[in-house]
Amino acid sequence: MRSAGAWRDAGLYGLLDEITNSAEEVPRFLAVGSACVLALLRWASSFHGSLFPHLTLSSDEMVAEFSQMLDWSDSALRSFAWHPHTDKFAVALLDDSIRIYKSNSSATPTLKHRCQRSVCALQWKPLCGSALAVACQSCLLIWHVDPTSLSTRPSSGCAQVLSHPGHSPITSIAWSPTGSLLVSASPVDTAMMVWDVAAESAVPLQRVGGGGVTYLSWSPDGSRLLAATPSALFRVWETRMWTCERWPCLKGSCQVRKLRKLSITVFELMYAFIYFFKLTFFSQTSWDPRGERLAVLLKVIAVFKTRSSPVFELLPCGFVMGEAGAEPRFMQFHPHFQHGALLTVCWSDGRISHVPFYFSSAGLLGGDSPQQALASNTADHSSNKLYTEQIS
Amino acid sequence: MFSLKQNSWFIRKVVIWRAVASIAWSVLLLPVTAAVFVLLSRFSLFHPIQWISDCTSLLAASSTVFSLVVLCGVVLITGFFNLEFYTLVPAIPCSRMALLGTVLHPRQCVHSLVYCTMGMLVMWCASVTIGGRYSTLGTPCRQSESGEVVTCLNEYHLFILLAGAFMGYSHSFLGVVQNMYYVSFQPIQQYKYPRFKGCLPMVVKCSVIQALYSARNFAAFYFFFGYAPKTWISSTLNLQIDSSIQPLDSLTGLLDFSLLYHLSISGTFLYLTWYLTVLLFRICVTEAYSFPVQSTFTEDAEQSLPKVLAEKNTLVMKFLALQDLALLSHHSLSRRLEVFSLSQPGGHAHNWNAISRECLSLLSELTQRLVAHQDAVASNGRVKSQSASSDTRSASSSSSVVSGTEDIAETPRLSVPLRTPGSVFKSSVGGANNALTAPFTPDVNSPFSSPAIRRLVGQQDRQSPCFGTEQSPHIMRRGPKLWSASTESQSSGSPPASPATVPSPPAASQKPSFLAQWLQNRREQVKSFLAKRVLIMYLFNKLPEASSQALFADSQAHIWALQGLSHLVAASFSEDQFGVVQTTLPNVLSCLVVLLEAVDRHFKLPHASSKPVRTICSMGDSTYKTLRFALRAALKTAIYKITTTFGEHLNAVNISTEHRKRLQQFLEFKD
Repeated sequence: MRSAGAWRDAGLYGLLDEITNSAEEVPRFLAVGSACVLALLRWASSFHGSLFPHLTLSSDEMVAEFSQMLDWSDSALRSFAWHPHTDKFAVALLDDSIRIYKSNSSATPTLKHRCQRSVCALQWKPLCGSALAVACQSCLLIWHVDPTSLSTRPSSGCAQVLSHPGHSPITSIAWSPTGSLLVSASPVDTAMMVWDVAAESAVPLQRVGGGGVTYLSWSPDGSRLLAATPSALFRVWETRMWTCERWPCLKGSCQVRKLRKLSITVFELMYAFIYFFKLTFFSQTSWDPRGERLAVLLKVIAVFKTRSSPVFELLPCGFVMGEAGAEPRFMQFHPHFQHGALLTVCWSDGRISHVPFYFSSAGLLGGDSPQQALASNTADHSSNKLYTEQIS
Repeated sequence: MFSLKQNSWFIRKVVIWRAVASIAWSVLLLPVTAAVFVLLSRFSLFHPIQWISDCTSLLAASSTVFSLVVLCGVVLITGFFNLEFYTLVPAIPCSRMALLGTVLHPRQCVHSLVYCTMGMLVMWCASVTIGGRYSTLGTPCRQSESGEVVTCLNEYHLFILLAGAFMGYSHSFLGVVQNMYYVSFQPIQQYKYPRFKGCLPMVVKCSVIQALYSARNFAAFYFFFGYAPKTWISSTLNLQIDSSIQPLDSLTGLLDFSLLYHLSISGTFLYLTWYLTVLLFRICVTEAYSFPVQSTFTEDAEQSLPKVLAEKNTLVMKFLALQDLALLSHHSLSRRLEVFSLSQPGGHAHNWNAISRECLSLLSELTQRLVAHQDAVASNGRVKSQSASSDTRSASSSSSVVSGTEDIAETPRLSVPLRTPGSVFKSSVGGANNALTAPFTPDVNSPFSSPAIRRLVGQQDRQSPCFGTEQSPHIMRRGPKLWSASTESQSSGSPPASPATVPSPPAASQKPSFLAQWLQNRREQVKSFLAKRVLIMYLFNKLPEASSQALFADSQAHIWALQGLSHLVAASFSEDQFGVVQTTLPNVLSCLVVLLEAVDRHFKLPHASSKPVRTICSMGDSTYKTLRFALRAALKTAIYKITTTFGEHLNAVNISTEHRKRLQQFLEFKD
């Protein structure tokens, strides 16, 4: 009875452990045999683990290690995502619930599901008003939150559960820009899954090298997909026939361990290679959708002005500081801010602040326009509310 | 059966060669799987060197080569069956009776017979390869009383052979139940080799699991019925039964680990051979094909994309053309420009017009099908409310389920060309089961319905002068189709009131309304009588979701049409130099919105939005069960794609106000 429970909870390991530990209750040969098998398995997995150190981590540690959110395990905010088309965003909190905030509505739906544990990534489906993909510890959840409904607790019937054996924890998800495919990755699984979400079917794309996939990003036109691995290697998939190129890392595994946290697209990646590898202590960069502002997450956030034509230019622009003692954990530009760029920053004290940059596009004027404002920290009213709710 | 003349160029030039390639690959893979099988079957843990040397010598032996030749023959026949039976639109039986009819159909019987034979052949090869006690049917043995040597029946050999036949039949049976011959398309494009590599673990896993299940079932089967074939074989071949050996149809005989191991290993080998052939065929046939948008020469005109899209008789070509359209609209700028180009003399946008017309007609055909289905369900609800008074609650509810989609048979006539050629070599495949209407109306000629239904229809014909004319077509139409046996012919709505319960029309037949009323009551009585019989209800009850699945069975085509159309329209915003798309934009938008309304209404029907249970690890493809969800998602994405691209410009497009209101919701991302 106990062995069945152990089998269900912890698989083969648990079963063997249970048998070995209860040596007085089971026949001797069984206890000795299971101890031997267990030792053999541990030896094999430690060998495997020495090749790929991340495999020795527990599931939660792995999520914390590969999450986009810095210091994921003790952060009040676990993940954040702007909707690609409208003024609404989703925030995953420490208690594994997800809240959705809209610009012109006071209703904040709270999403809870029993499978929704250790949320590592969120992403809204492009070309869709309602679908939100959530990467959880054991599965992938697709919430369909009706934008017109006023309900604050959508039922768990609104969520699709997608799972594949051996494909968990999921640390990165990426919708294709056309919204037709969803790709998910797990550091444990060498295959990444390409989901047809409506049909709930997945095509595994397996490449053995690297020991897993930790980070995924589509190029804006949808023709390329970047897949970073925990080791000194990443792949660029072309999305027509789904073949890939291996890009070994130039500077050894040390830098690549940082590279996997870059929140950038493939083409920006090349720039990142050239310009930012000299910085050793950054961990996240974010480019605004027009390609004119670049934010780099250090102890504070450094903002650069960029221009990609005729030649690539990078000019320092200013710093964004938080409240005293607060460190930035995550940042993302608003996907379509009308008057320039809007940077959203999640702070270590649980606040979310929106930092607008007002400028007219350099491409339109054909010259460098004077920057009107403001690197001031305008903490939005929603951040306070969010924080108090989190505390309560 | 195999007349190439009637087939289109595509079958002759592409599909056949793809099938041949898939068979060739399966034959090439055969030695590999055979070698693995030999290694596993001779496995001995304690003599590894002897094991390896045994296996290598066995692989070079003439008996193995002969076995390989036999196996090649099996693969060829399997490949031929794949080509013959495959279908892009699955047959979805709407009740268990229809399923039973499919299983008992003569064509299916032939199929099962061939697979039984092939299973026995493969198992014979396997038993020869394993050797030892399995190798021959007769073994010399010593009779206990006289001591002389006679030929005895080798029960192990017989056991393995019968297992082959059993597995062959179960493969053929599951092929029908799980729609093994349904070929679905993947959401992403891959080259053949990576795709094969990706699917291989799944296929191996499936064949192992299937072999274990079959071995278990066969062991149980042999335990109960093994005596019959054993005595029959031994009497016909004049073989003695060796009484000194434990008989296999006993518990101790079956609990032989080595026997069960060899049985499951050979079963896995058998299933793997078949599944690999199926897999390779699917991969080869669904490979994308690039049709030219414009033909340079007149003799190639029939191969150009607009012409091919309009083609209705070759389903596989139409599907691949739509797939190609979706791909080109997404990935290829140069081919999109060809679509938007004008014809050289005259300046007409022939390409775009033909392509958009085909896509729109495909989509509006789906809309009509959905609307007709909804009407049928709605009208059925009215009948139910009328009759509910006389019925018990359970009977009325079940009757409403039974006749839930009765009238659909008459409605989607438009789609006939699309759904008929299930297999490319046959004008009609599987008689009853290939047309979309089949689930609703198994025709009279199908074998399972033969005695009862034919008699009923005959009765109806004989009696029809009495009251057939007096019945209004309306009443005819809503006859309780408990038998779900209405044909598409004149006798369609024939009330299956059994002749015994309908006496000759009384004098009151002058009053048609009374007669109709009376008949109606009778019919309800018969229906409620039959509805109380559990077995009959079990067989005739509609399977939930089946009608919904059947409606969307060919929706992969619609999904591609939506994707292709929306991407082309969106691309035209920046790439269409001559504005050819602008003229059709109102049509496209209204067609999409109307379809969206129909789909939304459909999903409000009972059972339509329930998700099917996912089957884990079977070779049968269950993609068709979720096609309606995929279609809805693709439709919304298509509308969003257009609205986000055009934005406020949509206000200048000439469409009706309701449609504009609906599109406004999409512009605000409120749908």
